[in-house]
Amino acid sequence: MLIPRIIPCLDVRDGRVVKGIQFQQLRDAGDPAELAARYESDGADELVVLDVSATLENRIALLETVQKVRAQLSIPLTVGGGVKTLADAQALLNAGADKVSINSAAVRQPELVTQMSQQFGAQCTVVAIDAVYSSDESDWIVVTRSGSQKENLKAIPWAQTVDRLGAGEILLTSFDRDGTRSGYDLELVAAVAKNVSIPVIASGGANLPIHLQEALEAGAHAVLAASIFHDQQISIGQLKQQLAKLGVAVR
Amino acid sequence: MNNSDKTVFIVDTGVANVASVQAAFARLNWETQLTQSAATISEAAFVVLPGVGSFSAGISRLHELGIVEPLKRRINDRQSTLAICLGMQLLCRSSDEAPETDGLGIFETTAIRFPSDLLVPQLGWNTVKPSSDTLFQPGVAYFANSYCVPAAPPGWETATTHYGIDFVSASWSGPVLACQFHPELSSHWGQQLLTIWLNKMQTLSPTETSASC
Repeated sequence: MLIPRIIPCLDVRDGRVVKGIQFQQLRDAGDPAELAARYESDGADELVVLDVSATLENRIALLETVQKVRAQLSIPLTVGGGVKTLADAQALLNAGADKVSINSAAVRQPELVTQMSQQFGAQCTVVAIDAVYSSDESDWIVVTRSGSQKENLKAIPWAQTVDRLGAGEILLTSFDRDGTRSGYDLELVAAVAKNVSIPVIASGGANLPIHLQEALEAGAHAVLAASIFHDQQISIGQLKQQLAKLGVAVR
Repeated sequence: MNNSDKTVFIVDTGVANVASVQAAFARLNWETQLTQSAATISEAAFVVLPGVGSFSAGISRLHELGIVEPLKRRINDRQSTLAICLGMQLLCRSSDEAPETDGLGIFETTAIRFPSDLLVPQLGWNTVKPSSDTLFQPGVAYFANSYCVPAAPPGWETATTHYGIDFVSASWSGPVLACQFHPELSSHWGQQLLTIWLNKMQTLSPTETSASC
């Protein structure tokens, strides 16, 4: 059976890896191609590259960064950031992405999810959902444009919609937990995973091996983390050893 | 045609994403070229048939390009060929994905869809167990597939993988290798398998690799 994936994420701005807290206060965390190579040799199962400034600055993820990372990388590469059209997605695939992630554009034009799925296949079509908990509504709400815009859209029904539209995978980030190292939002992960028929990648809040184990237990098929790897708090190899001790199958 | 010793020709179906395949061969210091030419496919030392979306679109494209017969001939003649993911399914007689469409018919079997109680597509890392480890060791490979080849073609060596059901994750005869997984995305183990295909498999005859049948 499938082995859960451990996925480091490179948030890229202007060709450099950055990391912030709740998508703000970005600080430099290194060169994308160097980090990609290190993470693969440490045992990463996949790599996600997100151009965090792409949508705001109205441009698609730096193709050059994708090419450099691809040249190094013999594991799957998911790229997102500012994709608005099939042509944008095609350009990222040509540059070396294996999967393309869309976020704001899926909310603006849901038909893009279906078009990508038909053109490139569901396995290539990732929808990223950034969710924030609203105590007013007692529910998770979708935010877009790097968290700066609250949508009139609840996260769980939206996840079901993108599943129906043809997405092959959901990259689910808790905006509340992003960069806080307080653990994944397990209730959010469980609620989404239970309501869709496609794999869910949990993101936002990873700090300790137990957090990853909890997210997988809650129903995630893959777990994404950034800060803990960038800061060399733990290597992916060490993390996998600890997960194995917690009873998680690792590659 | 540049058909130097260290060039791999990748069948250019126009829809398959081949950047990862090209990058994998580049890391092994091999050149790659895309081709739609029947002559190249007949004569090239190394040809890759990549995944191409859906079964019917893939076969139609090969027909449009007039390369169905050259591909069948080179595989039947056991010239070095690597079929990846959907490329492997195209070798079948047919597929449940498009019951009316004839495949290349190298494998006398029909590709089937994974059972409906599983998450489909299978998306992630799974264990590959060769029937004998004379050619390559068991390993963990990256899969992205909704359909699979259920039974070993007679006379071909196989490796199997379990995802709800046991299916054929690789099959080879002489220097022809078909993989349901993506060797180009299967890290160190996948790179090793590509090296084996480029080097060691060239010296094998079909009878040697099908000794267990």
